[in-house]
Amino acid sequence: MMIMIVILNKDVMPVIKEQDVVPFRNRVKEHAVKIGMGVVNQTKLITAASELVRNMLKYGGGGKVAIEVISQGRENGIRLVFADKGPGIKNINDAMKDGFTTGKSLGLGLPGTKRLVSEFDIKSELGKGTTVTVVKWKNG
Amino acid sequence: MGEFLLVTIQVDLYDQLAENLEADLVQMVKKNNSRGVLIDISAVSIIDSFMGRIIGNIATMSKIMDAETVVVGMQPAVAITLVELGLPLKGVHCALNVEKGMDLLRSKIGFDEEEEDEIHDDHDRNTE
Repeated sequence: MMIMIVILNKDVMPVIKEQDVVPFRNRVKEHAVKIGMGVVNQTKLITAASELVRNMLKYGGGGKVAIEVISQGRENGIRLVFADKGPGIKNINDAMKDGFTTGKSLGLGLPGTKRLVSEFDIKSELGKGTTVTVVKWKNG
Repeated sequence: MGEFLLVTIQVDLYDQLAENLEADLVQMVKKNNSRGVLIDISAVSIIDSFMGRIIGNIATMSKIMDAETVVVGMQPAVAITLVELGLPLKGVHCALNVEKGMDLLRSKIGFDEEEEDEIHDDHDRNTE
């Protein structure tokens, strides 16, 4: 049986320039602290958020991030939805490989980020944009 | 701090600030003839791949300017995250705190000079 996910709180933040990254990370941290997430999980979540928001700025030209406090059964967590209207990703399987990059980065972004969070989902349509959703459970 | 540069990062840096730090540091190495750079990151709560790259760059740049880099004070949660992310911080020396970092820098500079002499000796032998 699937347990319903309940959204307890939703906060949408536009991220369009590099200077938005630090305030955005602080906002994620505030929410994580509020639900009592431990320091290690907090750090993992914020690092993942930082990687994804940077990707969104670099490849998607900025976009919006929804920060949601969610609850499933007795477990609380944070869900982040990164949505941009950029060019989209041609081959998601390639993008998820360690060491793959189209830019000059290390190519750790997506696969590394996936390791840091509890749940990871990416949807992309060429010419329309990319949406990345991650969930970090408080104890996950 | 004598022949060493001591840098304390007090806030979470945004990208431009981090890039400025990288450029400023290399300039300072040249200006002060520094043999070592010590970066204190005890107040940094997040190191993502960008920040990791900046730290790696500083170490590599300093190296080719004949200076060693030691990073000190990394928070445990940051270390855990870096490893899971897959960022090994290659070529960056680390120490627990500033004091140990200074010791490491001193020993590195001393040892390096000895090592270089040995390498030269080997080289001479090979060419004979």
